[in-house]
Amino acid sequence: MSSLRAIVALLFMLAPLAAMAVEPDEIMSDARLEARARALSAELRCMVCQNESIDESHAELARDLRLLVRERLQAGDSDAQIRAFLVQRYGDFILLKPPFKLSTWLLWGGPFLAFLGGAAAIVFFARRRPSLPSSVPLSARERARLESLLADEDRPLDPR
Amino acid sequence: MIVETGHYALVLALALALVNSILPAWGAASGDRRLMAVAPSASIAIFGLIGYAFFALTYAHVVSDFSLVNVVENSHSAKPLIYKISGVWGNHEGSMLLWVLVLSLFGAAVALFSGSMPQDLRANVLAVQSWIGSAFLLFILLTSNPFARLGAPPLEGNDLNPLLQDPGLAIHPPLLYLGYVGLSITYSFAAAALITGRIDAVFARFVRPWTLVAWICLTLGIAMGSYWAYYTLGWGGFWFWDPVENASLMPWLAATALLHCAAVMEKREALKIWTIFLAILAFSLSLLGTFLVRSGVLTSVHAFASDPTRGVFILAILVTFIGGSLALFALRAGGLKQGGLFAPISREGALVINNLLLTTCCATVLVGTLYPLALEALTGDKISVGAPFFNMTFAPLFVPLFVLMPIGQNLAWKRGDLIGAAQRVAVAFGAGVVCALAIAAWRGGPVVSVLLSGLAVYVIVGSFADLGRRVFASSANVGTVVSRALGVPRQALGTAFAHAGLGVTLLGLAATGWGAEKILVMKPGGRVAIGAYELALDSLFSRAGPNYTEIVGKTIVSADGRVKAVIEPATRFYPARRMSRTDAGIATLGLGQVYVSIADPGENGAVSARIFWKPLVALIWIGALIMAFGGGLSLSDRSFRIGVARRARKVAALPQPAE
Repeated sequence: MSSLRAIVALLFMLAPLAAMAVEPDEIMSDARLEARARALSAELRCMVCQNESIDESHAELARDLRLLVRERLQAGDSDAQIRAFLVQRYGDFILLKPPFKLSTWLLWGGPFLAFLGGAAAIVFFARRRPSLPSSVPLSARERARLESLLADEDRPLDPR
Repeated sequence: MIVETGHYALVLALALALVNSILPAWGAASGDRRLMAVAPSASIAIFGLIGYAFFALTYAHVVSDFSLVNVVENSHSAKPLIYKISGVWGNHEGSMLLWVLVLSLFGAAVALFSGSMPQDLRANVLAVQSWIGSAFLLFILLTSNPFARLGAPPLEGNDLNPLLQDPGLAIHPPLLYLGYVGLSITYSFAAAALITGRIDAVFARFVRPWTLVAWICLTLGIAMGSYWAYYTLGWGGFWFWDPVENASLMPWLAATALLHCAAVMEKREALKIWTIFLAILAFSLSLLGTFLVRSGVLTSVHAFASDPTRGVFILAILVTFIGGSLALFALRAGGLKQGGLFAPISREGALVINNLLLTTCCATVLVGTLYPLALEALTGDKISVGAPFFNMTFAPLFVPLFVLMPIGQNLAWKRGDLIGAAQRVAVAFGAGVVCALAIAAWRGGPVVSVLLSGLAVYVIVGSFADLGRRVFASSANVGTVVSRALGVPRQALGTAFAHAGLGVTLLGLAATGWGAEKILVMKPGGRVAIGAYELALDSLFSRAGPNYTEIVGKTIVSADGRVKAVIEPATRFYPARRMSRTDAGIATLGLGQVYVSIADPGENGAVSARIFWKPLVALIWIGALIMAFGGGLSLSDRSFRIGVARRARKVAALPQPAE
């Protein structure tokens, strides 16, 4: 498999002609089907490229897949059916948005866990630290001391 | 000969870095001022030596010395001079050399400009910087030597990858490295602060300008890279959520969070532990990025496993520095005294939320980038995590960040008034709503775009709400207003600009929803309308460049019968590597762009063309420029001028600021 991919990649690199991502002859006459094809293609990975969707890729394989997607659409398949068909053929690797399942729950849950964990930590530390002192009313002793201090204010300071 | 002296200089730099790793730290521990005094001069000398090595490699590339493996593999005698120079870092060995050059540059800069720092802190900072330097110099010399010679030199080189033969390569990597390798200095500061036990507002004051410098460069570097991808990849995308991009985005998010919480630490002595942690995290993510990009692990886990020398070496560096600093952190953080107190609703509280959201964003990118690698390594299952995943998870985190940004700016330190802050941003909110309604009525289009542009306008206006209120408060005397405006601290102005820049970028992103795209076959003389413009393919012709041949589709862009621009989209073929690349033709009209990319013509003289109208697209990058400008303004604030004691300044009757 990996040697095949290497060969395909090599062939692509040697291809002297610049191809286009979506080529004019691929476009379907039905504008609504075409729009669906574009949206689907943007979520499917070009298997021989690095992190490019088949909608963006210039590779020959991506073109074949684009045509395949359009063929299935023409045949009346739903988006979900086409995805399922491609996953059956190429595995989850082809989906740029990985499915939610046992092996990917941490991926999808990661952001939420990070957010909740962070929020919990903030609440925990905020509770542990004392609140602002000014929000605590003065005790009777403090009030008495404050008043005596204020009363003292007019007197001259100790010469030190 | 020059090449050999360069190689020798690199070895010498390693020796000096090893010395500088030990003596200053020893001096700081034992209180020996003479040993501590080694650090600045040694750091400058290390920079000089690596700089010389870099010059030597550049020289070899410029004169096309094909007895060097590195030059043979990445250069060609017919390559234009600018790409001979930028080709130095357009490959693994050279880019690692640039990496250590930037690392030593920051060490030397601290040595030169931080004279007023406590001596033991500075000695430790420079020692830590030299630990990193030693590790990477060793990596270069043992596994990635750019000066390796060939016994039988060939007559011609293999040329540089055509995608890299672009002015983008001359600017993008150096800026990016200044950014994320520059974060090494915040790491060194954090480690030194933990070692010396000086974790206080003084630390935050010294570390903030360096973080800001790195952040500015990182912002510009990422924006530059995005524009480069935009005009070379030929389909008008500007962000791909590619692991290599994510590797630079993660440190950016961490550095942004760090800038905000360092502000809290400097002003209020709060969030100390978190600030130190982020300083370590930011550079750790840079190291992780270096590992991802340089080890080959991204191309394939198997490729990595079959030739692991480099990858394992960087992994060892990564583990040592992240693990070491975290151990030090665990050891010291417990003993930190609690800093200033604050109510939940306050500027500090808002910045805590900011940090929560930014670090969650960072964690999202981290998980999304590493998950497929980890899963494949552990179970052999291959999955892809691409743009749809990141767009889905990133947006719910970034939207609240945008909403809260102006409110946070309007909260007072220590204890804020939420209703008051909400009233102060009411104008901005109103502006956003009016704008969204106006756009919806006038233009229509996707709901998301309409809402996002409203949000963007709210952020832009809201960024200046606090300043505006202070400058125009009560008395409307022109003289007072002017003197107040001049009295606004540059740091506050910088913050406003940086936040507004983010809003401007968001506006550019929102406007992608109004774009148009056409894919068609065109013949010379053919016409097509897109947006408000009409494009005419004038002629197709081939042309020879210095080391390529290209087919150009001269296209005339006009509106209302008047010619607005002439663009030349092309496909180029590079014979040395038998590779081709597209070169989009872009006409910037106002803030929007007409973007044309063509494929090779078929036999009948017709050509496949992909044509876009992208309204306001320039704002995406202009926003980044504004952010960097804001950073620069902040940096020029006198309170940042290291070594200059802050003098109290009289500001003409400025009303009580809301900070």
